[in-house]
Amino acid sequence: METGKRQKVLLLGIGNEYRGDDGAGLLFTRMIRTKISGSVTLKESQGEGGALMEAWQGYETVILVDAISSGAPSGTIMKIDATKQNIPAKYFRFSTHAFGLAEAIELARALKTLPENLLVYGIEGANFSPGNEITPSVERSVKRVVKEALHELLSRSANDASLSPADSG
Amino acid sequence: MKSKTIKVDYLARVEGEGGLLVKVSGKKVTDVKFNIFEPPRFFEALLRGRQYSEAPDITARICGICPVAYQMSSVQAMEHAFGITVDGQLRALRRLLYCGEWIESHALHIFMLHAPDFLGYADAIQMAKDHSPIVQMALKIKKIGNGIVGLVGGREIHPINVRVGGFYKLPTCQELETFVEPLKWACDSSAQTVKFVSKLPFPDFERPYEYVALHHEREYPMMNGRLCSNKGLDIEVPEYENHFMEEHVSHSNALHSILKERGAYFVGPMARYNLNFDALTPAAQSAARSAGIGKGTNNPFKSIIVRSVEMLYACEEALRIIKEYEPPEKASVAVQPKAGIGYGCTEAPRGILYHRYRLDERGNILDAKIVPPTSQNQKTIEQDLREFVPPRLHLTQEKLTWQCEQAIRNYDPCISCATHFLKLEIDGNAGEGGKCEID
Repeated sequence: METGKRQKVLLLGIGNEYRGDDGAGLLFTRMIRTKISGSVTLKESQGEGGALMEAWQGYETVILVDAISSGAPSGTIMKIDATKQNIPAKYFRFSTHAFGLAEAIELARALKTLPENLLVYGIEGANFSPGNEITPSVERSVKRVVKEALHELLSRSANDASLSPADSG
Repeated sequence: MKSKTIKVDYLARVEGEGGLLVKVSGKKVTDVKFNIFEPPRFFEALLRGRQYSEAPDITARICGICPVAYQMSSVQAMEHAFGITVDGQLRALRRLLYCGEWIESHALHIFMLHAPDFLGYADAIQMAKDHSPIVQMALKIKKIGNGIVGLVGGREIHPINVRVGGFYKLPTCQELETFVEPLKWACDSSAQTVKFVSKLPFPDFERPYEYVALHHEREYPMMNGRLCSNKGLDIEVPEYENHFMEEHVSHSNALHSILKERGAYFVGPMARYNLNFDALTPAAQSAARSAGIGKGTNNPFKSIIVRSVEMLYACEEALRIIKEYEPPEKASVAVQPKAGIGYGCTEAPRGILYHRYRLDERGNILDAKIVPPTSQNQKTIEQDLREFVPPRLHLTQEKLTWQCEQAIRNYDPCISCATHFLKLEIDGNAGEGGKCEID
């Protein structure tokens, strides 16, 4: 990252709040909302691939949070630097003709339209059935991801005053 | 006797979970199974006891790519049961919403799911590396379709603004006008798409299909019309079950639908186009003629051209509706439930979607029947493979499997509705090194 450059930062939560732990990404944006300064943009998405590519357009730094289903213990956090690693599509399940988060990131990589910095947090869910309750272990992990994201913003703000979180809480 | 097995355990680039098995003995195909193993979803049972007003939102959940079709067929059935007519600008807005769905669904299938087959790429991501402008264009067209669904439908995926009798909220003229310039661009881009896909290499394959689609005297069919075919079917929608039946086959969790008199039939863009060419706009007709398909084609691989022509039509039609839009006084007409049976059939991007509901005097759903397009095409898909494979047995297993998958994707099957990334695994009777055994 260039020192002194004003970064456009996006925090993007993905999910469906009515399908149990699938709402983890949305819980992330709602928890972090009061802890960041106005220069950081918060968005929520249902996870349709085209909409995601649209959502991150124009941002240099994007932190993206979504629920995953990999078979790991619930609450397990998978952190992926998407500018360096491919996204395992099988963990980010989304069925609208198989064009979800993983496909959107890989397509953007092929098109050379990935944000300069793209960090993906996947939080392992336990329950994706109808209802808006989040499993306690998943909720604890969302809180951890909030802390980590704030830490990321802080470390980046060393190079850019506009990114200072309001409260590193 | 030489035998050969083409087996795809998990079809990619289709919506939902399905597989393919083709068995060949000598030069004859002995078995074809388009295997849908996506679990049954029991929506028809789920609807029992629910209010008529819930049907559009419940059935929209059947599919993430064609929820508008479910909403349109369900409201049409309810309105039929209650004797309500929704016309004028409310009808035009519903047609606009449907145009949005056709645009997004067709753009996705043409470029991201089907074009890689013709160009020799495993998926759209690989294709994007060499054809970036085409893929960028596809995403932009799709976004416009999504935007229309988002504005008129209230949400891009699983819209929530459609109700029996009309809508909950009407868009303003200003909101609709934001789509005028993007749609003009999309018309030009769709015309370019027709040219682009017309140059793809098409396998030489035709069959004497029976095409079934809605036919309307004044417009290209989306929401209204008689159910017609090129082999004499010409009925009103409520007569559907007199002529069509569903049957269970052991290898599929989706019922197979057949015409009682003649068996398999073909629904979707090819059927609509072959039965309704004259109702297309002059620009769409002209693009189709330049693409070499004239007033009709019997080569299902050319469905990619037909979808592109329909995408052009949907963009033009959306533009027309927006230009002529005058906000109605009310967002919906009054609805008074009554006991009876209601029938609805509209043209989902993949073909006719039939709904029938029996209701009590308070509008509670007593029973429901839903027949989606993919279940209607299953038998035709299997018959295609039976005839497509024998003249191509000289091809390598890899090439033949690829083309079989491509043949399935001609139908843009939606397995979640009844089934897109087709991923193949070849089981060649356990030959050495994973190769197909021919003995």
